[in-house]
Amino acid sequence: MNHSKAASIFNKDEKKVDWHDKALWFVRHKRDKAVHAVEGWESLRNYGHGIKAHTLSNLDNYLIQFEENALKNGVQVHWAANGDEHNKIVHGILKEHNAKKVVKSKSMLTEECHLNPFLEADGIEVIDTDLGERIVQLAKESPSHIVLPAIHKTKEEVDELFQEHLGTKPSGGDPQYLTGEARKHLRKKFISADAAITGVNFAIAETGGFVVCTNEGNADMGAHLAPVHIACMGIEKLIPKQEHLGVFLRLLARSATGQPITTYSSHFKKPVNGNKMHIVIVDNGRTEQLSRPDFRASLHCIRCGACMNTCPIYRRSGGHSYDATIPGPIGSILSPGKDLTKHSSLPFASTLCGSCSDVCPVKIDIHSQLYKWRQIITKETPQPFVKKTSMKMMGKVFAKPMQFERIGKVARWSLRNLPKGVINSKPNVWGKERDLPSGPTESFDDWYKKRKDNEQ
Amino acid sequence: MKVGLFIPCYINQLYPQVGIATLELLEKLNVNVAYPSGQTCCGQPMANSGYEYESVGACNNFVDNFKDFDYVVTPSGSCAYHVKKHYDIIPQTEDVINVRNNVYELCDFIVNILKVKNVNAKFPYKIGIHKSCHGLRGLRLGSCSELVGPSFSSIEDLLNEVEGAQLISLARKDECCGFGGTFAVTEEAISVKMGKDKIKDHLDSGAEVITATDTSCLMHLEGLINRNKQPLKVLHIAEILNSSI
Ligand code: SF4
Repeated sequence: MNHSKAASIFNKDEKKVDWHDKALWFVRHKRDKAVHAVEGWESLRNYGHGIKAHTLSNLDNYLIQFEENALKNGVQVHWAANGDEHNKIVHGILKEHNAKKVVKSKSMLTEECHLNPFLEADGIEVIDTDLGERIVQLAKESPSHIVLPAIHKTKEEVDELFQEHLGTKPSGGDPQYLTGEARKHLRKKFISADAAITGVNFAIAETGGFVVCTNEGNADMGAHLAPVHIACMGIEKLIPKQEHLGVFLRLLARSATGQPITTYSSHFKKPVNGNKMHIVIVDNGRTEQLSRPDFRASLHCIRCGACMNTCPIYRRSGGHSYDATIPGPIGSILSPGKDLTKHSSLPFASTLCGSCSDVCPVKIDIHSQLYKWRQIITKETPQPFVKKTSMKMMGKVFAKPMQFERIGKVARWSLRNLPKGVINSKPNVWGKERDLPSGPTESFDDWYKKRKDNEQ
Repeated sequence: MKVGLFIPCYINQLYPQVGIATLELLEKLNVNVAYPSGQTCCGQPMANSGYEYESVGACNNFVDNFKDFDYVVTPSGSCAYHVKKHYDIIPQTEDVINVRNNVYELCDFIVNILKVKNVNAKFPYKIGIHKSCHGLRGLRLGSCSELVGPSFSSIEDLLNEVEGAQLISLARKDECCGFGGTFAVTEEAISVKMGKDKIKDHLDSGAEVITATDTSCLMHLEGLINRNKQPLKVLHIAEILNSSI
């Protein structure tokens, strides 16, 4: 289903849309307050952008450096060209350690690779331990937002879900009760886990270490309790030096939730004695995106989600309408690179208002990239006949002033004289909920000519 | 200073009063304005829909019409932005570069080139400004709420000097109205919802009139206002600045 159809279904429940919009606007507003309090915020964004651009231009060297250092630290490093390889590698490590129960902290990469169903097919239990992720996991859904995975669910819906799966009492959606119950449930899972899987927010080439940011401490709980820690990262998560972390940690938390710092920014470098630590480094289409000069900056993304919170379309269409692991503005420039036909409607799901580019902490020119994808999509994917021909006709009319004048006259006449029922009939989508302007008798051209004639 | 007036295609055909107000206002400010008669459209409708290559004829026509002027002024932030930002698809001759450098949205031109803020207008109403996105985040006609920096606005500078005008403040001061060209049709449900929310913000904040630098946004909002019979009037900023009621 294309975005527009899915979004119009989401919009049938206007109250829910209003609620979704307000919840995300609240986060955007918190972000504003937090960033406006930082002197030099715009310089910080420039630094972030610069460091990412530099890293991507030297990615091969930094990856090699990272691997060398990680190996020195006693970490095992694996390379995966695509999602399938990634899943097989993770599965292999789990098998090797005879791990049957896995706790996972939030990682959009493992979502992207569809790791859970792959492992579950072999009888491995995978528990997502971020509260929002656990909620969508119980609901058998995918996250609808990269930072707030269950933002499309009301607390009443969570209440019902917990009653069904965790055996909780009906509480009318009492957040305190529900989080308490979730905590008890997750605690059991942490204690009995054989392995922990985490994502990676930043990997540092200079040290071979990496940082995972969570607000619930669930990555730490998992990684510290289980004997095996598998960290999965996309190749673009790299930064050159430890000293660059300060830039990104400050940008990330404020942009994501308006917090000065994420509650847990956990640094991992080497396994504790007797335990194992693995890093799986994944490409999965990233080098291809890197090879597209117009779109490579999309790999700067630090997954803060700010572009989703600010996007007026995302706020009113819900994350699932994007039918992609990463929804919203950034998803709309990443997804076409993966599957142009499947995601061809996404770059059009934007008014090109530009708010995403201004809010982005690493200054990705998101809306310009949306515009560029549009140009590619109309050439490389099948387009509706009507759109194609009307654009061609418009192009011709606008190239010839005389034709433009003639057609304009007909259009104005129609607006004035045709009955409303005809004008607002089915083919005119505009008129479903909006009136068309009433066609004036005189165009500006006509008026101007008359004035000139009168002057003479 | 020779100024060429660009009246966007749909303003020409559907909102001639906006063109007239623009021309009269510039003349009042003693600007030597000419209106080249061969103009049509800046090419944006095709380009934003992904058919940039179908807009080449329109782009060339635009440059032909305006190449001999010192400035091109238009009552449309989005057209000015389009010429500046997206005219790479035609060869960058000296004429093309000049036109791109010298095209201005009306308020931008008055405040930043003419250096005028008071245009001697009178308009005793409560005004809500819809800050059209291409003018705001494209041309930076004002400060944007996402960015950290000093606040400024050419539009407010001008309206603040209008006798009797009261500017109201919105809860979401620079959120998009949902027009977005063909977006208004291809993503109809979202477009309408965004427009409705925008109108509600203006009504809740006590506006009597919504104004903007772009008639396209206003056409979308007016379409909703009229359909839902809401107590709001819609006027392009040129109409307010040219008014003396
Ligand atoms: S594109 Fe920018 S704003 Fe959006 S998630 Fe990535 S870093 Fe955040």
